[in-house]
Parts: sequence; C-alpha cells; structure tokens
Amino acid sequence: MPDPILCLEGLSKEYPTKSGSLTVLEPTSLTVGVSELVSIVGPSGCGKSTLLHIVGGLTTPTSGRVLLDGHEVTGPGAERGMVFQAYTLFPWLTVRQNVQFGPKQRGAKKAEREQLADHFLDAVGLHGFRDHFPKQLSGGMRQRVAIARALANSPRILLMDEPFGALDAQTRTVMQELLLTIRSKERTTTLFITHDIDEAVFLSDRIFVMTARPGRLKAEICVPFGSDRSPDLRTSPEFFQIRAEVYDLLHSEGQAVVDAEIAAGSSASG
Amino acid sequence: MATSLNIQSQKAVAIPAVPRKRKPGLFQLGEDIPRGAYLTIAAASFLIPIALWCFLTYSGRANALILPTPTHMMSAALEMYHDGDLMADMKISVTRIGIGFLLSAVLAIPLGILMGAYKCAEAAHEPFVGFIRYVPVPALIPLVMVIAGIDEPAKILLIFLGTYFQMVLVVADVTRQVPKDLLNAARTLGSNRLQVLFNVLLPATLPGLLDTCRTMIGWAWTYLVIAEVVATSSGLGYAIMKAQRFSRADEIFVGIFILGLLGLATDMVFKIAQPRLLPWAEAQRN
Ligand SMILES: Nc1ncnc2c1ncn2[C@@H]1O[C@H](COP(=O)(O)OP(=O)(O)O)[C@@H](O)[C@H]1O
Ligand SMILES: [Mg+2]
Repeated sequence: MPDPILCLEGLSKEYPTKSGSLTVLEPTSLTVGVSELVSIVGPSGCGKSTLLHIVGGLTTPTSGRVLLDGHEVTGPGAERGMVFQAYTLFPWLTVRQNVQFGPKQRGAKKAEREQLADHFLDAVGLHGFRDHFPKQLSGGMRQRVAIARALANSPRILLMDEPFGALDAQTRTVMQELLLTIRSKERTTTLFITHDIDEAVFLSDRIFVMTARPGRLKAEICVPFGSDRSPDLRTSPEFFQIRAEVYDLLHSEGQAVVDAEIAAGSSASG
Repeated sequence: MATSLNIQSQKAVAIPAVPRKRKPGLFQLGEDIPRGAYLTIAAASFLIPIALWCFLTYSGRANALILPTPTHMMSAALEMYHDGDLMADMKISVTRIGIGFLLSAVLAIPLGILMGAYKCAEAAHEPFVGFIRYVPVPALIPLVMVIAGIDEPAKILLIFLGTYFQMVLVVADVTRQVPKDLLNAARTLGSNRLQVLFNVLLPATLPGLLDTCRTMIGWAWTYLVIAEVVATSSGLGYAIMKAQRFSRADEIFVGIFILGLLGLATDMVFKIAQPRLLPWAEAQRN
C-alpha cells in the first residue's frame, strides 16, 4: 500500500435520543494511502455520511480520532475538500466565482484565482459556462462545478458523499468517467461514499463494505484494475466477479435494514 | 405464452380505436392554462363588477347615497385632487408607511437573522415575540396614545408594532431554512465562522428577505389605516373617515380605491424588482 495520508482510529458515533443513546457508527478504523480512491458502500442509514462528516470535521466523533498526515483534525479545513450529494453551489455566485470561493477565503490574489478557476473548469469541461449562475445548470453540471470548486483548494484529500446519487443513470456513468480522468491528472486522494456497487467497483482501488446500522466495516475488497480504466471494464468478466463479491456482502445487510424497519414499525403500532 | 401475446395484440388494435380529446380543459389540477385564457379571466374579474356597478347605479336601482355612479365618483376624485387634499393625504400616508416599515425592517432583519443563526439569540427574543404577536394591534392603541400621544410618532409606532413582531419571526425562519449543507460546504472550503455568516448565510437569505418585505408592507398598509381611522387629521384613512361623517359615499369609494391602487403598486414594485436585484434566485411566487 502507498504511504498513508488519512488514518481513522476507532471512530464511533452515538446520538442521544429520548429512549437512550442511538449508536450510529461502531468503532471504525481504516487508512487511505496517497493517490488512492477508497470507497465505502453500505445500506442506507448505516452511518456512511456520519463517517464522512466526521472526517470532514463537521461532526465530532463520540470516540476515536482522525489523522491527516499524522496530525489530528478537530474541525473542517480546506485541506479536506468535500462534495455532497445535495447541490451545494452558492446560487448567488457565478460558476467561476463558485470555483474561486475557497482561494478567495484564504486571501489568494485575483490573478491566481482566475488561473485556478480556468484550470479546474477546463478539467471538468465547463469553461463555456463560467459566467452562468447555478440555476442555469443541470444536476450533472452542478456536481462538476462542485468538484472543480473542491479541487481549486488543492486539498490533500477529496471527500465525496454519494456525489452522483441524485443524477440519472446516464449522467452518472459520464461523471464516473470524468472523475477517473481528473484523478489520472490530479492524482487526488479520494474517500468516496456510495451505495452503488457498480460505481464503487469501477472507481475504487479498495472498497469497504459496511453493515446495517449500527455501521461497522464488514469487509475490505481490493480492486486490481490499476489506474488506467476504460469504459469497457464495466462489461469484463473480472468486473462482474468483483461486483458479485460486493453484492453478496451487501445483500444480507440490505435485508437486515428492511427487517429492522418492519420490526420497528410493528413494535411501534403494537 | 401464446394467450398473453394474443391479448397484447388485441390491445394494440383497440388503442387507436378510442378517439382522444387533445384539447386541454381549463380545470386541470395545478396545470397551466393558455395565457390568453388567464388574462381574459383576470380582466373579467374586474370588468364584471364594474359593469354590474354601472348597471345598478345608472339605472337608478341603487341608492345614490350609498353607491354613487362612476361618473359621480370620478368628479369627486377630481374635486379632491384639485382641492389639494388628495395628494397631501396620499403623501402623508406613504411617508408614514415608509418610516414605520423601514424602522421595523432595520430592526427585524438583523435581529431575525441572529435568531435564525444562533440559538441563544433565539432564546433571548423568540418566546417574547411569540407572546407579543398574539396581542391584536388595535388593543395596543390606547397604550400607544398614552406613550406617544396622537401625533406622527403614534402612527409610526403603531405601524412598527404591527409589522415588527411578525417580521422578526419570519426573518428568523427564512434564515433557518438556509440548507445546512450550504454552510457545511463553505466550512470545508476554508471559511471561518464569520466568513460563513457574511459570505454564505447572509446572501442565501436575500430572496427570502425580499419576499418577507413584500408581504410585510401589505401588513403595514393595514395598520396605517387603523392608525389613521382612530386618531388623526390627515392621511387616506382620515379622508375616508371624514367622508363618512359628511355622508359622502363617493369620497369614501375614492379613498378605498386609492388605498387599493397604492397597495397594488407597492406589490408590483417588489415583483418587478426581485428578478432585477437578484437575477440568480430561483423564480419566486407571483
Ligand atoms: N443528528 C442526528 N441525530 C440523531 N440521529 C441521527 C443524526 N444524524 C444522523 N442520524 C441517524 O444516523 C443514521 C446514519 O445516518 P447517515 O450517516 O446519514 O447514513 P447514510 O449516509 O449511511 O445513509 C441514520 O439512521 C440517521 O437517522
Ligand atoms: Mg448519506
């Protein structure tokens, strides 16, 4: 494995509720190496977003800690760029101004900001839309800008929380290929959350499968396709084999979620 | 297998046999109707009452002391205009609204944003406001007169009391509705807390604030008239009261008409200003 950038050490999260505390995440440890794309798949509600928000410094863990380059992180910071599932572009800023937002916050000069915006808007193929407002863009375009905006801060690691989850299947495929292209140039280390198995297998160097809530890492799968991946990979037998492996691990967890919901529903009504 | 295929082919034959009406009806839940139809209905909603009015008055069916003829009303309006009363009353009313509303906006917007942004500000002001705003404003009139007399400050205070407590709560809500993810995104882009407040939270509330002002200025008109009807010797509300005392139905109607037009005009100003001031905002209500 390459040198580690990010280490999660025994991260857990409990939320206080009326009927005692709710454990959302059981102690979780993992390491992400330089230039790796590591993804986490799990059934909905298993604590994936919670985990990523802790790494992003937006949620404080109940126990454990996050180390970036060996230093503990305690709050959000520009060195951990984040892309959310919801559209989070600032609607009052143009595409170009959105991408310049991070550099502007740290006080970068105008010339530098313009150059960063040009570079990353080129990378996501939206140079022609630089003066549009977000409301004029499609969902896929908005997420492209969100990626460019996060990258313009030159983060040590990119944290992506189901970034393509709200897009239609066609657009999602295009975005996955775009992400691979960007990564082959920028080599940005990425921690990627998804519930889409194909997406995880196509993009990742390693995949962690989580259990249903309370979430815990259940298995780790290495994806040996290297960094040079073509769309044909999706239809290769090797792809299907890994896909099946992840599917088997996830399937029982999905069932567990449904069972738990039915049990909760019948105990609430009974 | 063979039977199901059979059924399908029968269906395929049956479908074109049913003639389909393509013409959209005017009563489709939530669907748009042709623009022409919309404008026609809107125009009719004015023209029919006016036609009815003309019919009832010119034919002598209505009591002229209660419902004057349109001609009568027009000449009353001209007379009031030439006397100089009308313009003076309009001016004073608009000034009162302007000052009262500005005062409440200047206080309610920053305080409301603080309440929406910080729980301690909410605790400090919201329960108090929640109590006060259920006191009907007319019930405060005697108190206002004791405190501020019957001159200009009293009317402005009444407009302020009528709008401020509503406005501060709505502004707090507008602020709370800014998506958490927008603030989170800013923090992961390196904004510190103050930068999040000024560079993200404030601009994100602008469309909601403009919309709130538009609603609240409507309320301000209501309290203006209450203030002017109760105790004053100028303004449009007073003009209506005076006309009543002299049994001048025509002048009463002129006053009501002008209040309606001024209200409509303020609303139109907001409606036209919104896309110009905030071209980036998603389309708002009509
Ligand atoms: N602030 C909170 N208070 C209580 N429960 C929460 C809170 N935030 C999230 N949860 C619960 O934690 C669980 C995991 O949420 P989340 O991390 O968003 O799951 P995922 O992203 O895997 O779908 C969910 O059941 C959710 O209801
Ligand atoms: Mg999630």
